[in-house]
Amino acid sequence: MTDRPLTRNIDLNRGPLDIAGYEAADGYQSMHAIAKGLSPDDVLNIVKTSGLKGRGGAGFPTGLKWSFVPRGDGSPKQKYLVVNADEMEPGTFKDRLLMEGDPHLLIDGMLVAAYTIQANMAYIFLRGEYIDAENALKKAVKEAYERGYLGKNILGTGFDLDIVLHTSAGRYICGEETALLNALEGRRANPRAKPPFPQVSGLWGKPTIVNNVETLCNLPGILAYGVDWYQGLSRGVDHGTKMFGVSGKVKNPGCWELPLGTPVRELLEGHAGGMRDGLELRAFLPGGGSTDFMLPQHLDLNLDYDEIGKAGSRLATGTMIVLDDQTCPVGMVGNLMTFFAHESCGFCTPCRDGLPWVDEIFRGFEAGTGNQKDLQILHDHIEYLGPGRTFCALAPGATAPLGSGLKYFAEDFEKHITEQRCSYKH
Amino acid sequence: MSVQMSSDSSMIASTSTRARKLNAAEIAEIEHEMTLYPDKQAVGLEALKIVQKHQGWVSDESLLGIAKYLDLPASDLEGVATFFNLVYRQPVGRNVILFCNSVTCWIMGCDDLRRHITHSLGIDFGQTTEDGEFTLIPVPCLGDCDKAPVMMVGEKMQRKLTRDSIDELVVEVRIQPKARDDV
Repeated sequence: MTDRPLTRNIDLNRGPLDIAGYEAADGYQSMHAIAKGLSPDDVLNIVKTSGLKGRGGAGFPTGLKWSFVPRGDGSPKQKYLVVNADEMEPGTFKDRLLMEGDPHLLIDGMLVAAYTIQANMAYIFLRGEYIDAENALKKAVKEAYERGYLGKNILGTGFDLDIVLHTSAGRYICGEETALLNALEGRRANPRAKPPFPQVSGLWGKPTIVNNVETLCNLPGILAYGVDWYQGLSRGVDHGTKMFGVSGKVKNPGCWELPLGTPVRELLEGHAGGMRDGLELRAFLPGGGSTDFMLPQHLDLNLDYDEIGKAGSRLATGTMIVLDDQTCPVGMVGNLMTFFAHESCGFCTPCRDGLPWVDEIFRGFEAGTGNQKDLQILHDHIEYLGPGRTFCALAPGATAPLGSGLKYFAEDFEKHITEQRCSYKH
Repeated sequence: MSVQMSSDSSMIASTSTRARKLNAAEIAEIEHEMTLYPDKQAVGLEALKIVQKHQGWVSDESLLGIAKYLDLPASDLEGVATFFNLVYRQPVGRNVILFCNSVTCWIMGCDDLRRHITHSLGIDFGQTTEDGEFTLIPVPCLGDCDKAPVMMVGEKMQRKLTRDSIDELVVEVRIQPKARDDV
């Protein structure tokens, strides 16, 4: 038993555990538990009961997502599991650590997911720039085949699974699961219309589950140690542990596995050591670039999906970006808008044309040419690019830091316009 | 849109419409990919990456060669090639620098480092040094934010960058040029 099921094997002073080391640390016990007589429905119920929510950003209950996959004799024979390992949310650096630090844990989790939905083929959609993760996963997959955890009739269960490691050629939009499926099929990574949802018609039209790396890494522990243990890990409403990161001008930036329900203050002031000397906390994005800003007054909230939601933001990836009092908040939001404008897939008009317009206005603030009308246009775009106005969640994601930034940093925006310059040093 | 490239038209090496015959090593790797995916369209993107690995970039002739080999419409393949950041449709230097300019690196001072590196290499984003050693390209968040500012040079992450560490790195790479296979 452990209270750090995601990172207990990770030691950055050495390479990841090989398969023997991983097995010795209770690794692949999930598949042994399945081989002792758990049906796919049994596993589905265990995961549903555990309360595990997706760790990729949306926080959707994992068991519920799996339950939409057609089951039984009449269902399509070919099903797919796809791992979303395309970590590219600005300020997010958790899946890299998991894959580089303990690649067998991901494969272990993939076995649980694939068995439950009865997928015999799984693709890991890995970010192309993650060379070290690629090498670690290649080695781990090879070892898993040699040891009989992959391939035909795994541990005598009659269940087969093959894993293919796919390295992506870039673009943030591939993190959107239907865009990811198009990329995997060798198409431009534009998102697809939903419905049909991938669980019913996904990769090559077959039922497909797309799960984030960290989500899958939760599964081996749940199967090996049980739901009670898993739920006991948490300090809050949501269950289990989560990877939490802090970046920006704090004393000790990093990534830690902590119980859900840990207070924000404990993460920021304890683990991350608080702000660097001479700097004050101005605001923070709690879970990557597509989340709403939160303020020092929110420090005593707990890192739970609902609690962060009630403060008007999202827990999302759980990797926090910290803004200090000597960095320009307008410049920070502008940097995010440049990112979103660049990474729009260009398929739908509000996103393709709206984001570059927004980005251009921010460049004007920086150059000292901004005016009140620009400010109004930005406010209008919170609605024009908001949920329901675009084909996917990319542009609505951009409106999170934009809208909350305009609200919380109104004085700074005004100052850029009245002084016709940026008064911060950068 | 892929990365912003130089507007200098001399960068575009060819507008040829003749397909290049893929070499044996490229074909062997493409054939291996065929065993991993159920159709040729999926292999198309893999083939672009394979050819780029061998040739350094994807020329018009290479793209047409892949289209011919896999029996895919060249226009579809071009649509894919130009969509993805890491498929280079223009020649690049021996070392591609992927310079992270996303939010945490920005907070940690990457604008200043960008001014420094563009000045010391004499190139801006999307350009290649005259000696063919470096191409500088901006990249979205490299996912190493606790060690920001960061960039990749070739396959290697460079972390906690400073002006000095960038200077040292540039010198180091120039002293020990890396050979690319097949070139």
